[in-house]
Amino acid sequence: MTDTLTVDGLTVHYATREGALQALRDVALDVPAGQIVGIVGESGCGKSTLINALLQLMPENARIAAGSVRLEGEELVGAPSRRLRDMRGRDISVVFQDPMTSLNPVLTIGRQMRDIQYRETCGNAEKLSRAAAMLGRVGLPDPEAKLDAYPHELSGGQRQRVAIAMAVLMRPKLLIADEPTTALDATLEVQIIELLKELQREIGCAILFISHHLGVIAELCDRVVVMYAGEAVEEGPVADVFLHPSHPYTAKLIECDPGRMKTKVALLPAIPGDLPDMTTPPEGCIFRDRCDKATDLCRTKPEALAVNGTHWARCHFAAEYGA
Amino acid sequence: MTAPILTLRDVVVEFPALRGIKALMAPRHARHVQALNGISLDVQRGETLAIVGESGSGKTTLARAINGLLPLAGGEIWFNDIALHQRPDWHAIRRQMAMMFQDPVGSLSPRKTVRDLVLEPFAIHGQTAGNPTETAARLLEDAGLNADFLHRYPHQLSGGQARRVGVARALALNPAMVLADEPTAGLDVSVQGEILNLLNGIKAEHGLTTIIITHNLNILRHIADRIAVMYLGRIVEIGPVTQIMEQPRHPYTAALMSANPEPDPTTRRERIILSGETPALTARPSGCEFHPRCPVARTDCSARVPELTKTGLRAVSCHYPISENT
Repeated sequence: MTDTLTVDGLTVHYATREGALQALRDVALDVPAGQIVGIVGESGCGKSTLINALLQLMPENARIAAGSVRLEGEELVGAPSRRLRDMRGRDISVVFQDPMTSLNPVLTIGRQMRDIQYRETCGNAEKLSRAAAMLGRVGLPDPEAKLDAYPHELSGGQRQRVAIAMAVLMRPKLLIADEPTTALDATLEVQIIELLKELQREIGCAILFISHHLGVIAELCDRVVVMYAGEAVEEGPVADVFLHPSHPYTAKLIECDPGRMKTKVALLPAIPGDLPDMTTPPEGCIFRDRCDKATDLCRTKPEALAVNGTHWARCHFAAEYGA
Repeated sequence: MTAPILTLRDVVVEFPALRGIKALMAPRHARHVQALNGISLDVQRGETLAIVGESGSGKTTLARAINGLLPLAGGEIWFNDIALHQRPDWHAIRRQMAMMFQDPVGSLSPRKTVRDLVLEPFAIHGQTAGNPTETAARLLEDAGLNADFLHRYPHQLSGGQARRVGVARALALNPAMVLADEPTAGLDVSVQGEILNLLNGIKAEHGLTTIIITHNLNILRHIADRIAVMYLGRIVEIGPVTQIMEQPRHPYTAALMSANPEPDPTTRRERIILSGETPALTARPSGCEFHPRCPVARTDCSARVPELTKTGLRAVSCHYPISENT
C-alpha cells in the first residue's frame, strides 16, 4: 500500500530569546492512503507545529532544521512556493478547531465556496451548484439558501459542517483535521465524527486527525501516533495502542482519562510534573523526569522499538510494558 | 434532613431579544428571551451538585443568577435563609458564596502577582489577613502550590497552576458554598485529575457545598453527588449521579450520555444520535421543548408541556420517560 503522507526525521526549531526552542524533534509518521491516522498529545506536544510544517506555513521564526515531508512521494520541504500554493486546498486541506475564525465573516458562504474553486475552469453557476451539492452532502438543511448566508447566521455545528464541506470540495488526497470537534457539544461531536467517517469512505482521502480526546481517536482512527514534548513516542493500530500501551506516557495518559473509570474513585490519577524546557531538552528519554519507571538506562536516548507488527514505542522497556 | 443551603423556586432570567425602536414595536412577549425558564432546585449542605448541558442550555446563566450577577425576571432564590431575590446585601453574601470562573488565566488580573491575587478577597471584604505573606503562602499550599509562586504573574503560570490560584482565591474567606464554572475547561487530562482531587479533598475537609457547572461528562461520577441536566433553560432531569448516568430516564439525558466517546476501541455501544441542533431561545418549540429532536416523541408531545415529576430521589420532565426495565 502506498503512503499518502510520509514524514521523516522532521525537526523544527523556533528562534526565541532563550535560544532555539526545539518544538519538533525527529518526528516520523506515515499516513497510508485511505486511512485515518490520529495524533494525540497534550498542550505543548507540537501538534500545531506539525500541522504548520505539513502545510509549509511556518511562522517567521520557525526553521525546519532537518527532515522531509512527502505527499505521494513529492517533497514539500523546500518546494517552490508556487507549487506549494497549487497543492494547498487541492491536494492537502485543513479543517480547523474554531469554525468561526476559519470562515470570513464578511463574505457569504456561497462566495467563499466559489472562491476556493478558482483553479477550476467552469463557470460561476457551475461552481455554486457544486458548492450547494457539497453543503447538502455534509448534512446542511436547505443548502441553496445557505449559499447566501453569512457565517454568523449559522450555528457552531453548521459552521463546522461548512468548513468540512470547503475542505473536501476539491477532493483532497490528504485532509488534516485539527481538533475539529473540540469547540462542539457532545451530541454534535458524534454527528461530526460520523460525517467524517462517511466522507472518508466516499472520497477515499487519507485523514490526519489531531485531537487530545482519547475517546474520539479510539472511535474514529485506524492508527494513532502519541506525541509528547515534540517527539512521537508511540505509534500503532488504535486497538494495539489503547489496549497494550507500550510507552509509559501513553499508559499514564489512558489511565488519567476519567471516562475509562466506570465506578467512582477516591483519587483520580494524574501525571505529576511539567513539560521539560524545550530550549534545552534533557538528555536521554524525554519523559524521564515524569516517569516513575525510569532507570539509569533512560539517560540514553531510546530507539523506536517494535512491539508487535507496526506498533512501536520509543522506550527502553517497550517490550515489557506492551506485554 | 436539615434545611437546604440553597433553594431556587421557578427562577426566570430574561435577556432582551430586541433593541431600540424594534423592541418598542414588538409585542411584549417577543421582547425578551427566557434564558432560564422556571428553575426549581434544592442544594443540601455539603453536597456537590453538577449542572450539565450543552452550549446555550443556561448553565452559566444559572450560576450568574445565583451569584447575583444577573437580575431575576421572576422566582425566588434562598441562600442560608436570606432572600436573594429581594435586593440583599450582596457584599456580605458573596463572602459566603465564592465563584470560580471559567477561564483560569483570564479571570486573574494580569498586573497583579499571585500574592496580591490571593489576598484580594481580604481587601475587598475588609478582612484582616494576619500576616499577609504567611496567609497567602498557606492558601497557596492548600491549593497545592509552593511559596515560590507568590511573586509570579498570571502569564507565568500554566493552565493548571492558574486554576489552583483560582481555587485559593475562592477559598480565601472560608465560604459556605462554591460555584465552579467549568473547573476543568482548557486543562489537559493529565492535569485535570489533580484539580478534581484538590476540589474533592477540600470538600471532604471543610464540608463545603459545591455547585459545578460542566459539559465534561467523564468527570461527573468522580466529583458529583447529584446531577441536574439542563436543556433550553429548564431542568429536564435531576437525581443521584450513578442513577442518572446508568439509567437515564429522559431521552435527552440518554442521548447525551451515549454521545460521549470512550477511550476503548473494543466497546461499540448503541449510540443515540440526535438529529439537528438545540433550537434558538427565540423559537422555543411548543409542548415538550425537546420533541423535535426526540427519537421517541409521540404526537401529543408537541401539545402538552411536561412537568418535572419526582419519583424517589430523582425527577424527570418527560411524558414518556424511559422505563427502568427496558
